[in-house]
Amino acid sequence: MREELIIAGFGGQGIMFTGTLLSQAAMIEGKFVTYFPSYGAEVRGGTANCCVTIDDTTIGSPVIINPDSLLILNKPSLDRFKPRLKKGGLLVLNSTLIEDEVKETDAKVVRLPATDIAERSGQIRVANIVALGKYLAIRKIVNQESVLQALEALLTGKKKELLGLNRKALITGYEYK
Amino acid sequence: MTTKRLMKGNEALGEGAIQAGCGAYFGYPITPQNELTEYMSRRMLEENRVFIQSESELAAINMVFGASVAGARAMTSSSSPGVSLKQEGLSYMAGCELPGLVVNVQRGGPGLGNISGSQADYFQAVKGGGHGDYHLIVLTPGSVQELYEMPALAFSLSEKYRTPAMILTDGILAQMQEPMEAVKIDTTRDENRDWILDGCKGRAPRKIRSLLMEEGALEAHNRHLQDKYNLIKTQEQRYQLINEQAEIMLVAYGISARVCYTAIQEANKKGAKLGLLRPLTVWPFPEKILQELALKVKAFLVVELNAGQMVEDVKLAVNGKTPVHFYGRAGGACVTPGEILKEIEKI
Repeated sequence: MREELIIAGFGGQGIMFTGTLLSQAAMIEGKFVTYFPSYGAEVRGGTANCCVTIDDTTIGSPVIINPDSLLILNKPSLDRFKPRLKKGGLLVLNSTLIEDEVKETDAKVVRLPATDIAERSGQIRVANIVALGKYLAIRKIVNQESVLQALEALLTGKKKELLGLNRKALITGYEYK
Repeated sequence: MTTKRLMKGNEALGEGAIQAGCGAYFGYPITPQNELTEYMSRRMLEENRVFIQSESELAAINMVFGASVAGARAMTSSSSPGVSLKQEGLSYMAGCELPGLVVNVQRGGPGLGNISGSQADYFQAVKGGGHGDYHLIVLTPGSVQELYEMPALAFSLSEKYRTPAMILTDGILAQMQEPMEAVKIDTTRDENRDWILDGCKGRAPRKIRSLLMEEGALEAHNRHLQDKYNLIKTQEQRYQLINEQAEIMLVAYGISARVCYTAIQEANKKGAKLGLLRPLTVWPFPEKILQELALKVKAFLVVELNAGQMVEDVKLAVNGKTPVHFYGRAGGACVTPGEILKEIEKI
């Protein structure tokens, strides 16, 4: 099964890291995966996005036109990418920063106060990982264990001290009802 | 557990060049190839090799010229506007028969253009680019894995024929990440380097130059170069062929070939069979296989991220035997699998 996901939000919310993390997890499971970042004149506070495609077979284009799923962390990104979501696709929204009027007939909408949850768990910076956890709890394209392994592979050196925080955020997202 | 690594195209290319024994890298920053220069600035020093961030693209290509004269495996990289600046140096290298590697991570043009992926520098890459009658050997990777493996092939062909080689890629392949396997790279070098300038103590002096003013000398040199190019044409045409039996054959390289592959997968679901001819060298152009396919297929559709450049070489090879159609988008826009399938319906 092919899963095409676009992750989008403010620059600084860890959009690229979230995409890389998911790609790393897919690779750990031996799946085919491509990751393509926006690399325009994005700055902190501007919008950033990336495309992640995961499949059991060879992937051609890494550029996603009509995604199966969207992981959206801010309002400008919702406005930009919602029209491209496949009909009935999955839309995971950061409801702390987004007030939306998306109809349930258009998409399977999951509203998650990711920024609030992250802040309560001690670090506003991990809202992206909370949201990724929730997304993976619904779309089980990779196992939680693989994502935890991927975190270990990516957070090395000085960043190793962030491992515990990210692990907790991921599991909190998975378990959020 | 897997031995694969998730790598960005630019970085895979850099690592591939290092594994291929690149001894000197010279570069000047430009998007979307910056991660390559950045990667080399760290890794070349770790490997105790030469890295210089030059003062300009012009300086970088001339540093490659100098390193090559002295016998080093040398490279430079840039994106479209920067590669334009290197054309004078490339012409001199071709004239002096110097090996070396130039990478072009193509972006939208003309002029300063934009920083999106593009394939608009095809003509420049395969038709000479600089002044004089010459060709570069031009390789076109289609994945992060091939970005890792192709520098070795580029260096080896470049040294075998003593002519500069280019890896022609684009902003999308260079920026994307996918798993790649760090396979062992063959670093064997042609031992016959009796032309390099490494000091003439104990042997007759040599000279390397492209200024040939004596009567008939330049024409003779050009004849020699053309003989060499003809040999490359007969020996080094490379390609990948998917679904050889298909009635409609797509022709695309690099990122367009990736989009074509997705179109083929979607067409398969509907029971339609499409083929793909993917050149791995665009100079020499894989004309022999095109001539064979022209007798079998109903039509060709050439797909490029430009207004129609490689399509001219396809038409030359097919020579009117089979209809050749074109679909492309210019200015840094990317074609979609859906657009390709729509074009197929029109055929």
